[in-house]
Amino acid sequence: MKFDTPATTNPIDRLAVVGKPTPRIDGPLKTTGTAPYAYERQDAVPDAAYGYVVGSSIAKGRIAAMDLADARAAPGVLAIVTAGNAGKLGKGEKNTATLLGGPEIEHYHQAIALVVAESFEQARAAATLVRVTYDRAGGAFDLARAKDGATKPEDGASDSEVGDFAGAFAAAPVTLDETYTTPDQTHAMMEPHATIAAWDGDRLTVWLSNQMIAWTTGDLARTLNMPKEKVRLISPFVGGGFGGKLFLRADTLLAALGARAAGRPVKVALQRPLMTNNTTHRPATIQRIRIGAERDGAITAIAHESWSGNLPGGDPETAVDQTKLLYAGANRLTALRLARLDLPEGNAMRAPGEAPGMMALEIAMDEMAEKLGLDPVEFRVRNDTQVDPGKPDRPFSRRQLVECLRQGADRFGWARRNPRPGESRDGRWLTGLGVAAAFRNNLLTRSAARVRLDGRGVVTVETDMTDIGTGSYTIIAQTAAEMMGVGLDRVTVRLGDSSFPASAGSGGQWGANNSTAGVYAACVKLREAVAGKLGFNSADAVFADGQVRAGNRGVPLAEAAGEDGLAAEDGIEYGDLDKRYQQSTFGAHFVEVGVDAATAEIRVRRMLAVCAAGRILNPLSARSQVIGAMTMGVGAALMEELAVDRRAGFFVNHDLAGYEVPVHADIPHQEVIFLDETDPISSPMKAKGVGELGLCGVGAAIANAVYNATGVRVRDYPVTLDKLLDRMPEVG
Amino acid sequence: MRPFTYERATSPAAAAAAVERNPGARFIAGGTNLLDLMKLEIETPVQLVDVNGLKLDSVEPTPDGGLRIGALVRNTDLAADPRVRRDYGVLSRALLAGASGQLRNKATTAGNLLQRTRCPYFYDTGQPCNKRQPGSGCAAIGGFSRQLAVIGGSDACIATHPSDMAVAMRALDATVETVRPDGAVRTIPVADLHRLPGDTPQIETALEHGELITAVALPKPAGGAQIYRKVRDRASYAFALVSVAAIVQPDGSGRVALGGVAPKPWRVEAAEAEMPRGAKAVAARLLAGAKPTDDNAFKLPLVERTLGAVLAEAKG
Repeated sequence: MKFDTPATTNPIDRLAVVGKPTPRIDGPLKTTGTAPYAYERQDAVPDAAYGYVVGSSIAKGRIAAMDLADARAAPGVLAIVTAGNAGKLGKGEKNTATLLGGPEIEHYHQAIALVVAESFEQARAAATLVRVTYDRAGGAFDLARAKDGATKPEDGASDSEVGDFAGAFAAAPVTLDETYTTPDQTHAMMEPHATIAAWDGDRLTVWLSNQMIAWTTGDLARTLNMPKEKVRLISPFVGGGFGGKLFLRADTLLAALGARAAGRPVKVALQRPLMTNNTTHRPATIQRIRIGAERDGAITAIAHESWSGNLPGGDPETAVDQTKLLYAGANRLTALRLARLDLPEGNAMRAPGEAPGMMALEIAMDEMAEKLGLDPVEFRVRNDTQVDPGKPDRPFSRRQLVECLRQGADRFGWARRNPRPGESRDGRWLTGLGVAAAFRNNLLTRSAARVRLDGRGVVTVETDMTDIGTGSYTIIAQTAAEMMGVGLDRVTVRLGDSSFPASAGSGGQWGANNSTAGVYAACVKLREAVAGKLGFNSADAVFADGQVRAGNRGVPLAEAAGEDGLAAEDGIEYGDLDKRYQQSTFGAHFVEVGVDAATAEIRVRRMLAVCAAGRILNPLSARSQVIGAMTMGVGAALMEELAVDRRAGFFVNHDLAGYEVPVHADIPHQEVIFLDETDPISSPMKAKGVGELGLCGVGAAIANAVYNATGVRVRDYPVTLDKLLDRMPEVG
Repeated sequence: MRPFTYERATSPAAAAAAVERNPGARFIAGGTNLLDLMKLEIETPVQLVDVNGLKLDSVEPTPDGGLRIGALVRNTDLAADPRVRRDYGVLSRALLAGASGQLRNKATTAGNLLQRTRCPYFYDTGQPCNKRQPGSGCAAIGGFSRQLAVIGGSDACIATHPSDMAVAMRALDATVETVRPDGAVRTIPVADLHRLPGDTPQIETALEHGELITAVALPKPAGGAQIYRKVRDRASYAFALVSVAAIVQPDGSGRVALGGVAPKPWRVEAAEAEMPRGAKAVAARLLAGAKPTDDNAFKLPLVERTLGAVLAEAKG
């Protein structure tokens, strides 16, 4: 189905199932521990051997020698895979560093061997007997030092300029020019990357934990130099991804190679201490923001430049994109610069681009409001724009930023905020309120599904869409139920299998809108098939209550399907609506913090997010997405930082003890409000993404609240107590 | 993890003898630290002697009005003991500030004292570490050292001791009771249990190989206001950046021990004479000679400020 004109009224608008708060249909499996994750598929593969990954202990250089003799001789060892014996491998389109290193080493903990043994313990013990001699080479590990040598990224689309930024900034009566930094961060999902691989002749099946089945199927085939038709991926349940499982990673490749070498299925889970440096991470940024405004608060000039680093061939963190779109202003500039670093590969993590970009931009807006003597909510409202400020003939499809800010301010008690920082106290706590806008683009990408109606009236949906804990199963079931006029109990959803039609997958908050639109398209086709079989005019047929009706004739779906059932497959494909309209999601974050007057410990007291993100398909799972994202925002603001060892070139705190993310005690009270919104430009579902919107801006709202509480402006994340301490009040 | 043999000890002396016989043997109690280290092959015992069945799990009054805490009393039980809550509040508070409920249910009193550092370089077997592999060097010095020691370290090691409980024990003047392989018992002040690293950071305690802690004795209650204040980046389940255990008497005298700053619970008795003069004076004496890194220099003012808040709280 081609979607190239705005949606009109369609069966989804009945909202009999869609839009209703619906508990996850996979919930009982999760809460009873019966949802099988990749590593646990002994039901499918009862005889898997165990693989243990050996990671490089240097960041850059070469393996001079590798002695496998002791490891080979260790009890239970079946095979050892290295780059030297794995045969010629290709490289995935989405991979920057190779997944099996050697002799060249590109980053710390790059996999250099897989030891396969009868038991996990044997594999682990033997892995420590692999003796490696390295020729260590120097590398670049410090973004601040590499910054001056950073260059324009190769894709060429990195800079944008509108009007005359330099002239307007110089002429502006009120200006800000500040630099902000965000650190390297890791996904820290609960379930590690994990795979079971089994060969049947020249055909390969892998059970894995992955967000993007089609990408990864292609890249696995490409890396193994085999046709992708002979590769099957199965990933029905994913224990968290956050962008870390968008791609083929070492667990999958090495399990496949290990299984080939051992002549039997092999399972591999990346060891927790290895994951951080072995896989991808969100790269650190240095961001310079300049804003010029009239005294009444109208922005006349805005510039956002960002520096990040990556391995050769890697991409920059696109931290400036929101600044092209979020606020008005006739003169604008953005630029990305990329430095070469020899740290592990930087890539997508939890709202890549906007998450770190908004962390900087929305502090800058707070600082600018203060310079102007304006309330930070009011300053943002004054600079709202209903069109793409760089291309004024291109409107936003739907933009309710002002409504989010206003409603949030009202609901949160923003009027009670003391605009003078450092003056509010509650016992030992200095208290403060902060606000930030939320913004994340809505991305459109094709997505397909297959639907079947069987002789019992059950609708089965199959698509390679994944559910990474987000609720995909449930919203897809709601969509199919709405379209076919059945209850949720008559819908079965099967996901995450490369033998199903290719979907949008899970990433960039694009999964919900696109994958359900794909299911919509397939259901439209199935409705036509049902109507056609019954001789109904499909435009007149009404699907409701398990029946299809036209005029005064009604036929139960089960009967219409007959013994053989009916099936249809289709997908959604987009025209140029996203060129003609700017599609984005909007929100406002409000935060109250307490800062211990003596120790400067920062504790969040309450949070509110107001979101305007199109139709909310399932308010229950959408709320869970947003509160999860707000929690990630707390982590980013207050504690998450990969510490770089700038001598040896690796992330030092590479386990869950060293890399802190929020615990329950850090998150006392969160509230989420969804504005009533539909966006007919986005898809027939009139929905948009929402999960990552909940993250974009939270960090700045917290940093701004800390400023309001203490009067200390921290521009380097995370905002930790050591950055406040010397400007806190006298103790006692 | 290397293969190992396992045996259950039948008495403290037998346990001590069993370990002494085998240079590669270790005691195991709660296992909350040792098992993790074995999985990473940081610890590679060839034999584990399980002391869990030794009935060292009661808290009894002592003739001089103190408490004798069995080595195997779980952290959860000790924190909840009404006598501890009433008379040794700093200990109960320190215990509850540590780890998580699940870990406290498993972790024992002696095991808590003997837990090993959380220095990230100690945990990364790809990196040099004098504690893990004597003579290999210290990657933490000049590396990422936010959590590491500002005082008491050496050119060989700047690891911190991670325990909260031990800091309170130090403030309470606890003593450790042990049994040696020959059956002889001795007592060691908790002050002398942990050693500073010097040039042998792999030797962490005064215990001999095979010597088993059987109990920790607390002297009669010290009275006063007993406060444990742990400062950390997140609200729970994190090791201390700095912690303060304080016992403050109504006249302003008292005792102070610090966590998170040194290779052992850090107490300088001479500094306590300064308590009536306030936190600044005490902190200056406590941390005299400190050698912080750029990453952790903030701990010095943080100690002073935290101590100031604790002394103010004690005053009510």
